[in-house]
Amino acid sequence: MVIFANITQNKVDNVFLFVHGICVALLAVVTVAMIYFVIKYSRKKNPKPVDIPGNLWLEITWTVVPVILVTLMFLYGLSGFNVLRKVPADAMLVKASARMWQWNFQYENGRRSEILYVPSGKPVKLAITSADVVHSLFIPAFRVKEDAVPGRETYLWFQGDDEGSYDLFCAEYCGVQHSAMLTKVVVMSADKFDGWYSSDGAVPSPPQDLPGHDLFIAKGCSTCHSESGQGDVTSPVLKKLFGSKITTVRNGAEVELIVDEDYLRRSIIDPDADVRKGFLAVMPSYKDALTEDELRSIVNYLEKY
Amino acid sequence: MNPNYLNAERGIKSWLFTTDHKRIGVLYLAAMLIFFGSGVVLGLLMRLELIAPGKTIMEAQTYNALFTLHGVIMIFLFIIPGIPAVFGNFFLPILLGAKDVAFPRLNLLSWWCYIAGGVLALVSLFAGSGAIDTGWTFYVPYSIRTGTNVTLGLSAAFIIGWSSILTGLNFITTIHRMKAPGMTWFRLPLFTWALYATSWIQLLATPVLGITLLLVIAERYFGIGLFDPAKGGDPLLFQHMFWIYSHPAVYIMIIPGMGVISEIIPVFAHKKIFGYKAIAFSSLAIAFVGYLVWGHHMFTSGMSNTARIIFSFLTFLVAVPSGIKVFNWVATLYKGSIDLSVPLLYALSFIFLFSIGGLTGLLNAALAVDVHIHDTYFIVGHFHYTMFGGAGFIFFGALHYWFPKMFGKMYNQGAAKLAWLFLIAGFNVLYFPMYVLGWQGLPRRYYDYLPEFHNLQLISTIGSWILAVGLILMFANLLKALLKGPSAGSNPWGGLTLEWQIPSPPPVENFEQIPVISRGPYDYNS
Repeated sequence: MVIFANITQNKVDNVFLFVHGICVALLAVVTVAMIYFVIKYSRKKNPKPVDIPGNLWLEITWTVVPVILVTLMFLYGLSGFNVLRKVPADAMLVKASARMWQWNFQYENGRRSEILYVPSGKPVKLAITSADVVHSLFIPAFRVKEDAVPGRETYLWFQGDDEGSYDLFCAEYCGVQHSAMLTKVVVMSADKFDGWYSSDGAVPSPPQDLPGHDLFIAKGCSTCHSESGQGDVTSPVLKKLFGSKITTVRNGAEVELIVDEDYLRRSIIDPDADVRKGFLAVMPSYKDALTEDELRSIVNYLEKY
Repeated sequence: MNPNYLNAERGIKSWLFTTDHKRIGVLYLAAMLIFFGSGVVLGLLMRLELIAPGKTIMEAQTYNALFTLHGVIMIFLFIIPGIPAVFGNFFLPILLGAKDVAFPRLNLLSWWCYIAGGVLALVSLFAGSGAIDTGWTFYVPYSIRTGTNVTLGLSAAFIIGWSSILTGLNFITTIHRMKAPGMTWFRLPLFTWALYATSWIQLLATPVLGITLLLVIAERYFGIGLFDPAKGGDPLLFQHMFWIYSHPAVYIMIIPGMGVISEIIPVFAHKKIFGYKAIAFSSLAIAFVGYLVWGHHMFTSGMSNTARIIFSFLTFLVAVPSGIKVFNWVATLYKGSIDLSVPLLYALSFIFLFSIGGLTGLLNAALAVDVHIHDTYFIVGHFHYTMFGGAGFIFFGALHYWFPKMFGKMYNQGAAKLAWLFLIAGFNVLYFPMYVLGWQGLPRRYYDYLPEFHNLQLISTIGSWILAVGLILMFANLLKALLKGPSAGSNPWGGLTLEWQIPSPPPVENFEQIPVISRGPYDYNS
């Protein structure tokens, strides 16, 4: 057994090596036999074939031996799976929630973050949910993955031993920004983590005078509606949008309107009602994701943006 | 010249409304090559986009539509109908010693359903609110809330499903009722056994897909809430229903190809196939166990751990009958008199590529490993090795094997081998890096990727160009043979099955007199 960097990787990679070894051996046997026969019994060298209609013992052998092999592979795979699914009792709980196209992590003290900070040497359990469509939380370095399903809480666990930063991807296709729905797992020393964990919890952001700016970032608006002012077919530019005249599509008909407070509110709560002409109706509703105060704050921000 | 099925009648109507199983096979072939070509172009465009991180030639939304349609076209319009619709239609009645299938008019209706669905799929690209962007798996809730043309895309798949059901029904009846005198079950060529197993899956599994697709459409228009947790539904219900069809469907794609291998190998080794009954029954075993393994698409879905464990074990079991086939094929080569012609090259390539695809399937079946590689490029590599390296390559193999019979012309062997070389080289350069990318953690269906994945993505894209050259060479060679190839004669390979005993191209009703069968299909030396 080879020892790998962390517990879950260790288990998964050893199962991989075992199954992989058997597969390579089987492939080699089949391929070598095939090529050898084609050369040895070519029509030039062997003009008269010998008929062999079959052999019961051979049939039994290559039925029974594979059944034994696959049973071994199944059991070894199962042993690894049991490790992946059995969360250690001392694991730290973090709630992971997914929405198009952003991850959010909430710790037991209420602290929220878009980057998953964890202490090294401590098992972490992620309780995973989704606010809209099916996503999948995938951390390749730890060999763990579990879908985020609306209406259901799923889980996985891992333990980061080496400090560092690791990729965290969305692995279940979830729409236009699927490949941008990624963040980092940062494994820190226990001390450093405690320092971060007990700090005041404000999401670090560049100083901004406008109220609502922090929310605009924290709620993920800026993931698509970037502040640098670049847009594509999914996300109109919001800079200086307020007060301008735009064309939208409402129930299939084109409508001209001036962007006012009411329009901004509607676009956040019910984005499909009035879709900007030339754009796709891909934005999820934020009706349940914002309180009335938060909504007002973001709309105020956009009016001055 | 005696009239054959090609020149007995003339005019476009005589083709579009024909009830001759051979003409219907050719109609499928023509339509399928057009759809296959469109699928290849979509695939090449995707590979071009992925040649470097960031935007290369298209927006994310376009890319998402391309991989959806690439999947829908290749799966529903090429690989699923593939071998049964083209070569099954053309050769099943001949192999049985019959004049046509049991229901010739139903057969024509199947083709029209196929065409209607295919055209609808292509129309959905350009019509309405944008091409469908859900992936060919149509997972809810995304497929319910996206604003793109989902309804049209699903309707296309629904209509094509009818074609599959009707063909399955037709073949089962034909095999039961239309065998020539003396053609016992164990004198059936193995391709027929494979079609028989496949037809049962088509008949029994496809309706589940139809129901599922209709439910998604109903969900979009009426919001009935079957899949919506807010209304007491569950997205996992959709995944179960989808894979209850779509896993058996992969055996619809592969079993007929295995049947073709079982024809090609004895002909070119010039001897009896090794383990006839084992090969015949393993087709049925795959078809049966294949029904019970759909949950392996859901090992990370949030389904219960117990269910995952049971599905893992059943998935490992389904590998055994596939292994039995491979061992019997290789054993058939032993002490043969082997002529390494083009069809055999393709058959052996199938065994090699399909073994890689199948064995990496064992890695997917191992629970602990699947958690890591699920929904990554590893899976993309795996199913291209089984579906393209397997079903696709043997489709080409079948084409080269039966082309002289279908059209009475012979193609250039050297050019065909050169094309094969490009295909197999390009194929491996294109798809092997995907295994590595997946193991390194690159999720599938990613429009953009991190810089660390760049090199392998680049190699893969280069592979797609080599493969494209191979395809062009292959089709150009066959087209040239069709137009001005030399006459093939009735039995260029020295085969014993019934199609080689009638002229090339076959006459309208196949046999002047229904033959009486007195020996097995591969009795070369008796």
